[in-house]
Amino acid sequence: MSPAQELTALALREAGDAVAARRTSSLELTEAALARIEKVDPGLGAFLTVSAERARAEARAADARAARGERRSPLDGVPVAVKDLFSTRGLSTTAGSRILEGYRPPYDADAVERLAAAGAVLLGKLNMDEFAMGSSNENSGYKPCRNPWDPSRTPGGSSGGSAAAVAARLAHGTLGTDTGGSIREPAAFCGVVGVKPTYGRVSRYGVVAFASSLDQVGPLARTVGDAALLLRTVAGHDPRDMTSSSRPVDDYLATLEGGAKGLRIGVPREWLAGGLEPGTEAAVRAALDTYQQLGANLIEVSLPHSRYGIAAYYIIAPAEASSNLARYDGVRFGIRSPARGLREMYGDTRDRGFGPEVKRRIMVGTYALSSGYYDAYYLRAQKVRTLVRRDLDQAFECCDVVAGPVAPGVAFRLGEKVEDPLQMYLADVFTITANLAALPALSVPCGKDAATGLPVGLQLVGRPFDESTLLRAARAFEREVGIFPAPPEVE
Amino acid sequence: MALADFQVVIGLEVHAELLTRSKIFCSCSTAFGGEPNAHTCPVCLALPGSLPVLNQRVVEMAVTVGVALGCTIREKSVFARKNYFYPDLPKGYQISQYELPICEGGAVPFTAAGQDKVARLTRIHMEEDAGKNVHGVSEDGASGVDLNRAGVPLIEIVSEPDLRSADEAVEYVRSLRAILMALGVCDGNMQEGSLRADANVSVMRKGAEKYGTRCEIKNMNSFRFLKAAIEYEARRQVEVIEGGGQVEQETRLFDPDRGETRSMRSKEEAHDYRYFPEPDLPPVRVAPELVERLRAALPELPRARSLRYQKDLGLSAYDAGVLVSDAQVAGFFDRALAAYGSGPEAAKKVANWVNGEVARLANESATGPADWKLTPEKLAAVLKLMDAGSIGGPGAKQVVEEVFKTGADPAAVVQQKGLAQVSDEGAIEAVVDRVLAASPAEVERHRSGKKNLTGFFVGQVMKELRGKGNPAVVNALLRKKLGGS
Repeated sequence: MSPAQELTALALREAGDAVAARRTSSLELTEAALARIEKVDPGLGAFLTVSAERARAEARAADARAARGERRSPLDGVPVAVKDLFSTRGLSTTAGSRILEGYRPPYDADAVERLAAAGAVLLGKLNMDEFAMGSSNENSGYKPCRNPWDPSRTPGGSSGGSAAAVAARLAHGTLGTDTGGSIREPAAFCGVVGVKPTYGRVSRYGVVAFASSLDQVGPLARTVGDAALLLRTVAGHDPRDMTSSSRPVDDYLATLEGGAKGLRIGVPREWLAGGLEPGTEAAVRAALDTYQQLGANLIEVSLPHSRYGIAAYYIIAPAEASSNLARYDGVRFGIRSPARGLREMYGDTRDRGFGPEVKRRIMVGTYALSSGYYDAYYLRAQKVRTLVRRDLDQAFECCDVVAGPVAPGVAFRLGEKVEDPLQMYLADVFTITANLAALPALSVPCGKDAATGLPVGLQLVGRPFDESTLLRAARAFEREVGIFPAPPEVE
Repeated sequence: MALADFQVVIGLEVHAELLTRSKIFCSCSTAFGGEPNAHTCPVCLALPGSLPVLNQRVVEMAVTVGVALGCTIREKSVFARKNYFYPDLPKGYQISQYELPICEGGAVPFTAAGQDKVARLTRIHMEEDAGKNVHGVSEDGASGVDLNRAGVPLIEIVSEPDLRSADEAVEYVRSLRAILMALGVCDGNMQEGSLRADANVSVMRKGAEKYGTRCEIKNMNSFRFLKAAIEYEARRQVEVIEGGGQVEQETRLFDPDRGETRSMRSKEEAHDYRYFPEPDLPPVRVAPELVERLRAALPELPRARSLRYQKDLGLSAYDAGVLVSDAQVAGFFDRALAAYGSGPEAAKKVANWVNGEVARLANESATGPADWKLTPEKLAAVLKLMDAGSIGGPGAKQVVEEVFKTGADPAAVVQQKGLAQVSDEGAIEAVVDRVLAASPAEVERHRSGKKNLTGFFVGQVMKELRGKGNPAVVNALLRKKLGGS
């Protein structure tokens, strides 16, 4: 391994410790990451924008702090990157959409501010499905992103770039957002750890909205501990987001090594009742066995309403999106089609700026909210949501976490499901439960599919604001089986 | 006349801009005017990722109005999105309230044609104002958008269809406006759009039980236009029915230049606003303790104040009504009266000046008591100078006008402008003698019974004294010299 490769191979906390101990510098880490992005990313497509100069400046500032013996946080000087859904002052923010081409926000998202306050170095903005709508990153308005394990396959979505960049060692950690599985599914497909926190744990301020009542910011990293550190960094109350919680943030790292002994793990009968690819089911069952060996108790639970979750989700999310995306009208930012009249300007701008999946969801959502249909669709979907949450609340009366697959199978091939939106939507079947119920959930790599050698993720869902238990459970597994390896080097 | 066979039925939706310092969902200033888009931020520009944060003062003001109007205050109310596209609506939706508004029920008292009446309220809800489109901002004729007003807090006060004439509608709005101003939640400025009314108007044959099809009339920014628009619309609807047609449910716009309403959009073209609960804002919780605190802090309302003025100060219903229609003016009156004296005579005098000369000067300058250089104490001082005989009525008017403009001390103005009244009997007597000596014919005619010539002599004397003679002294001397009257 070259010295640069050794640097990019460092995990998040290792990199931070190396800067603090002055074994390396933030600038060296940053240069190594930028060089690797330059070399690897043209074939991968994880980044939409690389902010090299800004990163170098931040790295120099971090090095100056290290020279003075200052350390803002364990992240100080470590290169990271964020999904292109996060507003970054003066830096292109497209949400993966052509309609925001050229838009440079005048402000930073709360999570971006917190990363900066912790001293992290921002490498750039990551590829994603347009407006976070998708499960394969193929809906990016700019370019597809590929899976580092197999470039013919998708990295998952919508935070495909966030997962691929971590897996391919382009960044030591990233931020994504998860509305129906958009952190967990790509994390599973790429063999990294991804956490969707409790709704309200991380501020949504500055995060381009997809479905406001479901969107949540979360970290992706190579190890559970790194994800815990990133989450602790960005979590916390923000008065600019009225849905953000004022509950104090737990010290996830302090309880991380608590093990799985005595942990009560609920296994929903409906989640392992067929429909999974054999390799995925085998890996998930093996993971559950491992927990048992670690002293955890497996308890069968039932989530009878989770089967209606996907229908409810595909009403609620498009309904909110249809309203959230109304502001892209060509008047104030992004692209504007030259037109003589107002209607023409709206129509042309939105027709040119939005991709097919976004248009599909705007139409579905507009329909679901329209007069005469609201009760039958939106209101009923909200009732399902309540029932889904009730199922989980009941499960948590007898268990501490609920475990199951993240996705029905491993990363699929690019183009495989593009023509069949319903098939694509079913990729979210296990993940949307946590979004509808506003609960924390994560994906931790639990092995490889025997047939393809591709990573499989185990999903853990926790009680509201009990990210500590989730992370501790995931870490117990990771400690037992070892940190998931990097994909083979693709030249 | 067919109109007399019909009953007009009116319900009003009044939008009142609240006097908060900052907008409803961000900390931008609500100040009127300013360079276009000077009072904006990522939130009220609806930049991607921005989120609304509710200004708690808006809730308090809405509750205050609700308590004053006898509404039921919801412990839990919900904001909703009203979705429609327009360039002055940056998010593509207005944050308003729909199914669960903050106030329900209640009523507005008003007086029309000398009768005390009440119109019931359906609801009061909170919402944000839109910006405005400005046309022809550049040489190529392009339109611009000014979002300074976007996000200014509004309450919408919706009445039941309880009003039965254009005059009742006007008096309802007048009364509501006075209440909102007394509560200090709205400046009541209809010209600047701080208070706007939309009217739902229908007509039915007298004696009918079922209301006719209604039309919503928009764009009436004065009492005069409100009255004209409703009267026009009622006539129009009666003509349609009398002509054998049917009134179509639609939204109509009042054109003040032509005094007409004209169709803006039909029922078929009506927007489907696709209301749904605003996911970015948790439900608004109003604790009973807050309601009680705001109830206890309510100021005296216009109607109570008017009754008190009539009962305790002996003012006429008219004078009292004019004073209380602007709480600041009523406050000015209170202070002027306190500085001047007590009793019905003093009150009547102060009220006459406040509603007369002072109101005239205020109208001319389009100002309110807060802007006036004439303090209540200075007005009282002018009245006292009059009582002391130092100045006469016309002089007093000149002093008030000067003080109103400059804020100078009234006594100094009297001095400076030479307005002091001549009360010295010796000086006046000399003039009276001169006038009588110069007009022997008139004196003769007066003595032979032409008593209306008294005015002629007073005029001549005053002319000699350049208007500054004390009228009481002049009259008394003339009476003495001409022999009784």
